Amino acid sequence: MYEELADEGFTVITVGIERSPEDARPWIEKARPQHPSLIDIEHLVPDLYGMINVPTVVWIDEEGRIARPNDASFASNRFKLLTGLDSKRHLRRLRAWVRGDAPALTPSEVRKHQDLPTAVEQEARAEFTLAWWLSREGHDDDAERHYERAGELAPHDITIRRGSMRTRGLNPMGFAFLKIAIKSALTRTPLYRRIEDSPA
Amino acid sequence: MPTLTLLHDGRVDEIAVADLARPTISPEQVESLLGWELKPEGLCQGYMCIPVDQDDLVREDGLDLRVLADALQRPLVTEEKHAVASLGASHHDRAEALDSLDAPDFTLPDLAGNLHSLSDERGKKVLLVAYASW
Repeated sequence: MYEELADEGFTVITVGIERSPEDARPWIEKARPQHPSLIDIEHLVPDLYGMINVPTVVWIDEEGRIARPNDASFASNRFKLLTGLDSKRHLRRLRAWVRGDAPALTPSEVRKHQDLPTAVEQEARAEFTLAWWLSREGHDDDAERHYERAGELAPHDITIRRGSMRTRGLNPMGFAFLKIAIKSALTRTPLYRRIEDSPA
Repeated sequence: MPTLTLLHDGRVDEIAVADLARPTISPEQVESLLGWELKPEGLCQGYMCIPVDQDDLVREDGLDLRVLADALQRPLVTEEKHAVASLGASHHDRAEALDSLDAPDFTLPDLAGNLHSLSDERGKKVLLVAYASW
């Protein structure tokens, strides 16, 4: 994708939302990307952009303006079966936008599809930052209370709940995540927020 | 005097506090760390001021950190046992920034430790992809 469009004034920036750069290393070394491939151990990008899960993509135009806000999409269909996310339509749209064949979204459409952060989501992020500091200082038991609190405040924030699992000795592919997935299905709260799914 | 570790804006700073249960911060540190100046009209950044009840805010050993956080609409959560507090970003500031449609800039390292900023790519269309191994 990047190689195909790099000559058309386009780049990709990937940001690994990881507590340890080592967790991202095998992915990055395998892909050997030519574009910036960054690591965000402090979860800065989710905080700045109000992201509540990964993968999340944002289109940004030549002037640094948001042309299409947070949308759940992968760069390939590798995880389609697990997540239900089909990347094909997104890639087709992206190609058309980069080549100038089709506009992205109008500013009012971008605003309509943005979920702006709330006070309680920001409090959850503050708890999460505190918990992460406590983990790194070796105070795991005290950290756990703040991870719990962050998850209670923002149960829909998967970057917090699943993104903290390895630090807390939980398996992000195991039962702890299965519980979140089941609860999300029962309460009809989607784990992945897609622009396509939101009411027109 | 005990010190409080203050986590804020992606930084870690130490502030001297008289009482960990009710932490205060000096007006000088409010200015140098958080960018707000206490004036008779309130907490100010340049010409913009937030009115604040100074009787609540100003205590003899500094500015009450909780009252300050409330005035700035920033969440403040603490773990007294380890003398640490986390001052989050205001949802109002975050929402206003996103609503402006200017993509928030950030600077992060790659695996080799080289720093890159979103703004380095100005003039190109950018697909920003947040992903994780978990």
